[in-house]
Formats: sequence, C-alpha cells, structure tokens
Amino acid sequence: MTTQPIGQGMAPDFLLEIENLTVSFDGFKAVNDLSLYVDKNEIRVIIGPNGAGKTTVLDLICGRTKATSGSIRFKGQELTRLSENKIVLAGVGRKFQTPSIYDDLTVFENLEISYPRGRTVFGALTFRRDAQVIERIEEIAEMIFLSDRLHERGEFLSHGQKQWLEIGMLLIQDPELLMLDEPVAGMSVTERVKTAELLNRIIKDRSVLVIEHDMKFVEDIAHRVTVLHQGKVLSEGSMERVQNDPKVIEVYLGH
Amino acid sequence: MSVFSKERYGFLARSEILGLLALAALIVVVVPLSLDIFRLNLVGKYLTYAFVAIGLVLCWGFGGILSLGQGIFFGLGGYCMAMFLKLEASSVENTKIQSTPGIPDFMDWNQLTSLPWFWQPFKSLPLTLIAVVAVPAVFAFVIGTAMFKRRVGGVYFAIITQAVAAILTILIIGQQGFTGGINGITDLRTLLGWDIRTDHAKYVLYFVNAALLMGVLVLGYFVRASKLGRILVAMRDKEDRVRFSGYSVASFKTFVFCLAAALAAVGGAMFTLQVGFMSPSFVGIVPSIEMVIYTAVGGRLSLIGAVYGTLLVNAAKTALSESFPQLWLLGLGGLFIAVVLAFPNGLAGIWGAWIAPWFARLTKSGSHGSAVANGSPAE
Repeated sequence: MTTQPIGQGMAPDFLLEIENLTVSFDGFKAVNDLSLYVDKNEIRVIIGPNGAGKTTVLDLICGRTKATSGSIRFKGQELTRLSENKIVLAGVGRKFQTPSIYDDLTVFENLEISYPRGRTVFGALTFRRDAQVIERIEEIAEMIFLSDRLHERGEFLSHGQKQWLEIGMLLIQDPELLMLDEPVAGMSVTERVKTAELLNRIIKDRSVLVIEHDMKFVEDIAHRVTVLHQGKVLSEGSMERVQNDPKVIEVYLGH
Repeated sequence: MSVFSKERYGFLARSEILGLLALAALIVVVVPLSLDIFRLNLVGKYLTYAFVAIGLVLCWGFGGILSLGQGIFFGLGGYCMAMFLKLEASSVENTKIQSTPGIPDFMDWNQLTSLPWFWQPFKSLPLTLIAVVAVPAVFAFVIGTAMFKRRVGGVYFAIITQAVAAILTILIIGQQGFTGGINGITDLRTLLGWDIRTDHAKYVLYFVNAALLMGVLVLGYFVRASKLGRILVAMRDKEDRVRFSGYSVASFKTFVFCLAAALAAVGGAMFTLQVGFMSPSFVGIVPSIEMVIYTAVGGRLSLIGAVYGTLLVNAAKTALSESFPQLWLLGLGGLFIAVVLAFPNGLAGIWGAWIAPWFARLTKSGSHGSAVANGSPAE
C-alpha cells in the first residue's frame, strides 16, 4: 500500500485507521473528532455508556452512516466514499445488534447468500451450488452448532441460534475485519458460554471490533479496550488499565 | 442437500413440472377444444395479462417491490407492436385519399405531413420486436435506477409508479397526432402481409401466445430457483443484511423490475396482435391496479397461480360486467380486500393448504409437502 497520507508518517501497519472522524445529526455530534487504530489480528472491544456513539462508529465504518468529516482507512483504502457493498467486498463484515437473518430462507440458503461468489446480478443468476459451496456451508454449520437444522427455515430458530447463524453468515464471508455489535446480548447462560467459545474460535487470524457490555466476556476476549464517552475516546489500553482509569470509573464502571 | 436433490429435475421440482404440464394441457388442449373462436380469442386476451401477473410475482411477491404501474410496460409493448402494424396498414395504396398518403390516418387528421422520427424504426419487424422488449426495459431501468439508488421503496415506490402511469396516459392522450390519442392505434390489419383478423390467424396467435406464456413461466421458475431468486426473498426480508453481505441491493431491485417490465411488454405486444388495437385505457392507473389484483388472487408467491388468478378474475369480470356493468368495479374491489384479508396467498395458498393435501391423501403417493412447493419456499 503506497497510499500513505501526508503527515501520517509512522504507523503504516494498522489495518484500520480512523482519524478525526465526526458525524453530526442536526447539530448533535454523535461521534466527535474520534481517532482509533486497529492492528492486524487485534481484538478490540469498545465499551461505553448508552449514547456514547459505539454503534454509530460501526455504522460509519460499514458505510451505513456517512461521516460529516474525517477519514476511515482500511488497508490504506478510504472507506468513507464507498458504498456499503463495496466496503464488504474490501473485507469488512458486520453483525447487527438484533439478529439479522432471512426468516423465509433455510439455514443453508442463509449461509449460501453470504458465500463470497456470484454477488453481481448475472453472477447470482448463473451461480451453481457446487460441491465446494456445499462443503463450505456444512463446515460452517458445524461450527455454529446448526448442522442438524440446515434445512429448517430461519424463522423457526431460537434467538441464540439466530445470532449464531448471523455469525456464521459473516464467517463464510471471511472478512479481514469483523465487527460485532453485542454478540451475546439476550442469550441464555448456556448459549452465552457456547457463543463465547464460538467467538474465540472465529476471531483467530482476523481483526475484530466488538461492542459489548458484558464485562466478563470483554475480559475474556479483549486485547485492548476503547472506552467511548459522548462521541470521544475517553480511555484506551488493556482491560486492567482501563478499569483503573479514574475517568472511566467516574463515567461508566463506577455506576 | 438430499432434501433438494430428491425431487428436482434441473431447476424444476417435480410438482412444478406437473403444474406446468397441467396448465399447458388446459390452455393448449382443453380451452381451444371447448370454446368457439370468439371466446377463445377472449381467453387469449386474458392470457396476455398473465404475462404481467407473472412479472409481478417476481417483482412484488418475491422481491417485495410493489409496482402499481405495470400498465406502463404492458402499454409500451403493445404500442410498439401497434406502431409496426399501423405502418403496415398505412401503405400509400391504403391511404391514398389522405392529404399525405403513406402515414397513419390519425396523423393525417392532425395535420402531420411526415412520419415522426420515433416512428421510423417501426417500419422494420426485427427492430419492432427488439423495441417491444427494449423500450419498456430501458424505461423501467431509468425509473428503477432513479428510485432504488435513492432507496425509495415500499409505498412511495408504488405511488410513483402510479404517477408515472397517469402521466404516460395523459401524454398519450394529449399527443394525438403522434399516438392516436384516446382512441389509441386502431384498424390494424396485417403482419407482413398475413391478415391477423381472420379466425385462422386468431387460432395461430392464441397458440403462439400460449407457447410464449409457458416459456415465460419456465423462465420465471429458473429465476426463482437461482441464487438471484433467493436474494430477492432475502431483500424483501432484511434489505440491510443483503447490502452488508456485499450485494448492491439497488442493482438487484432494478433487474427484477426491468424483467417484470419486459414480461409485461411481451404480453402487451401479444394483446395488440390478438385484439387488433392498443389504446391508453390499458396503460393507466385502473388497469395497472387490476393487474396487481390478478396477482394477489392467484397468490403473489406462485408463478403458476398468477396465470390462474388472471383467468379467474377476467372470466368473472366478463361474466359480471355483461350482466351487471355497474357492479363490476365494486365486486373487483371487494374481491381484492377479501383475498388480502382471508387468503393472503391467494389461489395458490388455498391449493397448498387444502386441495393438494387432499389430493395427496387420495392418491396416497406419500409425497406430501411437495405440492406446497407450488406456493414457493418463500410464502
């Protein structure tokens, strides 16, 4: 990548570089002059009180919300000007907060749509469900504990199974940067344990950006933690450092 | 995979092949043998609307894009064909009493002295046949791109298609000299010298129409069985998830809208050939909504149901409007409301829920559930 901006100087190795990012909704700055760097293979957890701008940051990265100013570079490529599907093709995957799967399609078909081939109109018309596709889908289904429900329609899955399916849909997409918005929210205790195990397995060999409230879970997986408050970075570092930061205790953990 | 492969032949399930054969037997054998040529021609006319209904199943049923303006494309296809036939009927010989011989009569009445430029391509049959599909498809592409790129959808899209239908009707009526105005393009006689008004021609055209309709149905099944068909259903469910799985949602919506438009246009062209004229009364708001009702009655998720829905509603329309002309529109409105409330999946839903299981029990074939596939995996 030779697209290093002037003044960037150091840090050529970050996978994701967010600089001076601001978005304002009718004057309210949901994200305010935010800078954030994510390394290759780093698992970064974003925490912060409600309304801190966590989900908005993910929305900005994946193109759902357009930035007012600032830049987001992924592997040196500017994302703020790309459409959502181009950002996906660049290698960014996103899981939504509420499970977002296709109720009317089977688990198999849900996974198949996320299979990274035949994404144009004519590609989709001529897409063939060959042995390679089937094998990959079965492999993913095994990982997300849904092997025996492959031909069941999405609407008949439990909440936790829907979350797993969506994680599986991201996995088959094989993104370099995986963004997860509260992946264990609303799960039963057993589902939560299984999900943590699943996440630990899938986050290997890729960078992950997670929003999560469950501190136990955060402690388990995070390499580094970023605390957001009112659209700005309040503190950043290891879980231990962040937990002992008086500013963080003041606005978040203390309550 | 085994669940899929067991009963599939290519992209068609066994129940779908049986359904297609049954329909083919009905419209190619039973109907022609049991009706006189006047009634047969009427059924042929109904079947031209079925092209629109099949397009609506793909676009609205699967893709969730409700277009209340399919009359636009039906009309454009019909007008393209009518322009060719009209030019052929307006030979210098036939129009020698006009002040400008060799142009269509309505142009002469409106003091036009030469053929407008956009009529020129319709002197050629190959160009006309291309235009029948291309003009509506390009028009749909322009509307689709403009709307879907801006994420206009749902009710707003439906209203805009209605507005376009209204505008096009007004334009056709207003530009009398170029379009024949409110009367439309009438007095069509021959296709490359072959008189389309004879009983024999009507028979031939009926069968051509029926064959095209079966072809379009097979095409519809192909699209539905492809990954594109599943993406349409996925888009209807969770548009954002599709977008964030790397698909350009606008392109897929535009594609299916153009496909529906092209199918409607083929129906329109066959309408012109069989009925012998084209007029703005098939373009506007009312016919466009009627076409949606055919689809709803047939079951908006069933390609083959769309054909039965079209036949049923039109047969009822003819029967009722012959005896109670004023009541018909009320009846049609009532039917639409009743179907949406009581049978959201229309005839195909009734078939899948009641008749097919009864058949299965009767024949004890044990292949229960396969007939439900008629209602698509996406009901």
